[in-house]
Amino acid sequence: MENLILCDVQQGVMTLTLNRPERLNSFNDAMHQQLAHCLTQAERDDSIRCLLITGAGRGFCAGQDLNDRHVDPTGDAPDLGYSVETFYNPLVRRLARLPKPVIAAVNGVAAGAGATLALGCDIVIAARSASFVMAFSKLGLIPDCGGTWLLPRVAGRARALGLALTGGKISAAQAAEWGMIWQLAEDANLQDTSIALARQFATQPTYGLGLIKQALLAAEHNTLDQQLDLERDYQRLAGRSADYREGVAAFLAKRQPQFQGK
Amino acid sequence: MSALITEQQGRVLTLTLHRPEARNALDNRLLTALADALDAAAGDPGIGAVIITGQPRFFAAGADLREMASRGLAETLNDPRPAIWQRIDSFPKPLIAAVNGYALGAGCELVLLCDLVIAGDNASFGLPEITLGLMPGAGGTQRLIRTVGKALAYRMVLSGDAISAQRALQAGLVAEVHPAGLTLEYARTLAARIAGHAPLALQAAKQALRYSQESGVTQGLKQERTLFTLLAATDDRREGIAAFLEKRPPTFTGR
Repeated sequence: MENLILCDVQQGVMTLTLNRPERLNSFNDAMHQQLAHCLTQAERDDSIRCLLITGAGRGFCAGQDLNDRHVDPTGDAPDLGYSVETFYNPLVRRLARLPKPVIAAVNGVAAGAGATLALGCDIVIAARSASFVMAFSKLGLIPDCGGTWLLPRVAGRARALGLALTGGKISAAQAAEWGMIWQLAEDANLQDTSIALARQFATQPTYGLGLIKQALLAAEHNTLDQQLDLERDYQRLAGRSADYREGVAAFLAKRQPQFQGK
Repeated sequence: MSALITEQQGRVLTLTLHRPEARNALDNRLLTALADALDAAAGDPGIGAVIITGQPRFFAAGADLREMASRGLAETLNDPRPAIWQRIDSFPKPLIAAVNGYALGAGCELVLLCDLVIAGDNASFGLPEITLGLMPGAGGTQRLIRTVGKALAYRMVLSGDAISAQRALQAGLVAEVHPAGLTLEYARTLAARIAGHAPLALQAAKQALRYSQESGVTQGLKQERTLFTLLAATDDRREGIAAFLEKRPPTFTGR
């Protein structure tokens, strides 16, 4: 079987490299299946405390591989909802629910679902030469892989509509300036920067980080009252974690904490 | 180890379904153990409310299919299960389900039978019997439609699809949703608050609420007034009102 996803686990970090460089790492069904398989491991294995997603070659991900859909202009209309339901939606949900940080290291062009996938990760670090292309509208499609939910939240409504309707392309620098991503890195530094951050996360109180992530995601639809209740509940859970006790003990003893992620 | 773990804290009894190897499938033995425990709790003045809960990832994932497969028409006709369910249903004190993970089939029917449902955010509820060529047989079709209404009840029973805790909350099947790690704790807090109220008042109120499912409003209102009047003869009613007026906590005796 072709290795469409390179999966490497080291020092608490699972690095997933989208690996169809000759097709700018665009998704086909087999690649989705391999990615799903790796995610299952990331979900089950407590020793994995951070997920890092990047692309092989010069691109990050060009979204859905159009060749793979075999659209026959004269044939029956394809059911694009099928691949959204079967592959993209579960992927977005699983990354959002994963109770550990997910970093996207965007090494080159991220287009279509590749762009919305990257922007949906918890932390996005992009190489200066990278770009985000909302290519959907040019084919008559809508931004999927969480795009329509995500864009107004990361870019604001005006920019989201502008980007999505024009099918526009923005540079990594522009995305950073607009606050759509966490960090811009020089091309040569992208890998080192992202791996360093991932390894740093892998030594942190993972359980607490997972609760922070879930709380911020819940805030997208909660009222203030609901969110205050949720903060009470999550803080109650966080206060019972071994890492919280270790954090306090280390602070009082003026030493470096040794977090177990639990 | 027994498939049913009982644990009492104050006036609250917690019954934990514990057949992890069978995802808490409710076989006759477990169901009987549950009915026995509730019968004992009904007669124990030290118990004010009961919580039924399961495991972190499943409440109860259905009936025991092996047990069911071995029963043909004749055995099913004379099945002891309806009588066991009836015993559980006639428990007169507040009965609370604290649900994490899957509550499917008979597990969901057990939840529907309880007075109050507290769910973890990982809970899901469903009646997948239809996918096995059968149908709910312990109240699923009757209690679900009275709980969530026609649209969702038909949707669930005919498709066999499960719903999330959030959907169950919106539909009125569930009273509260909490992070799964806090479900049992919050259920116990609520149960303790309930169990602190006057036992006879709780019993009468539960009876009135139950009766609302059996009768028309006029009959129900009559029944409610009768129960209300009965409470007027209790010591606890005098104590409850006196304590309120004297701004002190009441001391109930169950009389």
